[in-house]
Amino acid sequence: MYKRLTHNNALQFTFDGCSITANEGDTVAAALLCSGKSTIRHSHVSLSPRGPFCLMGACYECLVRHEGKTVQACMLTVQPGMVIERVRTADKALADRKEQ
Amino acid sequence: MSGPAINALLPPVTLTTTESEFAIVGGGIVGLSIAYGLLQKGKTVSLFDEGDDAIRASRGNFGLIWVQGKGAKMPAYARWTRESARRWKNFASTLADECGTDLKLQQRGGYSIFLDEASLAAKVALCEKLKSDLNGDYPFEVLGHNAIKKEEPNIGPRVAGAVMHHEDGHVNSLILLRTLAMAVRRKGGNVYNRARINNIDANASGFALTADTAQVHQCGKVVLAAGLGTKKLGQQLGFKVPVRAQRGQVLITEKMPPIINRPSDEIRQVNEGGIQIGASAEEVGEDDRETIVTTAQLANNAIDQYPILANATIVRSWGALRIMSPDGFPVYQQSLTYPGAYFATCHSGITLAAVHAQLLPEWLCDDTENPGVPGDFNLGDFSEERFDV
Repeated sequence: MYKRLTHNNALQFTFDGCSITANEGDTVAAALLCSGKSTIRHSHVSLSPRGPFCLMGACYECLVRHEGKTVQACMLTVQPGMVIERVRTADKALADRKEQ
Repeated sequence: MSGPAINALLPPVTLTTTESEFAIVGGGIVGLSIAYGLLQKGKTVSLFDEGDDAIRASRGNFGLIWVQGKGAKMPAYARWTRESARRWKNFASTLADECGTDLKLQQRGGYSIFLDEASLAAKVALCEKLKSDLNGDYPFEVLGHNAIKKEEPNIGPRVAGAVMHHEDGHVNSLILLRTLAMAVRRKGGNVYNRARINNIDANASGFALTADTAQVHQCGKVVLAAGLGTKKLGQQLGFKVPVRAQRGQVLITEKMPPIINRPSDEIRQVNEGGIQIGASAEEVGEDDRETIVTTAQLANNAIDQYPILANATIVRSWGALRIMSPDGFPVYQQSLTYPGAYFATCHSGITLAAVHAQLLPEWLCDDTENPGVPGDFNLGDFSEERFDV
């Protein structure tokens, strides 16, 4: 579990319908990691769990859905009320499962 | 795909061997395939690769093992291509055993997809001609809109139809490149990266290759497989080297769930989930930059064929240079002035990798009953003398 070194103004957004508290200036990836979510999607091919890794736009592991597009969570700054969805695989069991 | 002068930042390579039976100039798919085949025949091989700032078709290509439509103007090339496609499974499994890698080979057929009836009819006519040239042995079928929709549920309403050839397929070409480089080393080949060869001199025992660093390597025979980089060295050895660059641009999407079952010559889903979109051809010399106009055309064409791609994010795009001969077919030539020096080039190094590894070494070693005719293929058909007329 990550601990914050500094605290800015708190704000709320949703990830897959769950309300998440972030700090102003967080990237979506940082906010998800700080809220304890490390698995944020599954590989389309191997179905193995994936989460934010490089945090600098290079590895493409932290993909999420935002406004109908697949984007890198580490390249997206959280805004109040933002709606973020998981990238869903074609695998039904995984698609129906709620992530921890 | 050329980058900054990485070579300048790294220490010069040291050649740890001073001689070998065969020297290969060129560390791409073609050079590595030939080196691998020669090593399997027990030859000593050293391979000289220019470096990561070289123009590399092997890192920019589309990964197809492709038969349909090839060689309509040269039946020998149609036969050569099919021979390689048929040998690919064995080639891939031998490499897999050697290196423990999976090349993600899939040969379950592939399509040419058309948005209008006239283009479809032209392709069908081409395949009919090939079928007749090959005595009726050419397994393709014509799929109308409903038939292709059944095979590919994500195909769009504007698609008129497709030609499907059952011998077509694709492979992960970056894994192939890495695996071949690994296999050549494991077989005892000396692979020198950042080892640009500047000069080749014929002498009594073969050829002396001089690298950038002024180090000299002596070999019995030399094979030039340096793609567009072959021009200068080839002319030293009496070859004409009739090759030019042809740019192709490629897009790749985010990784997606499986949405495409079989590759086409323009769009394929690679094993990691990304959709690769390509098939442009531009005569712009040795310029591998991308252009907005062409990438937009590629994207629009892809959306016409698979409308689901309209929402896909493009994560990378690049330009790469094909190595084209005047007629587009391969060139395999032994030097008339300096016997023992060979030149091999093609724009289909992935498709032809299996015959390059399994048949070209017989020609290079001159150990067949019928010199120059490995596996019943008369390589004289692929000589550069055909461009003299």
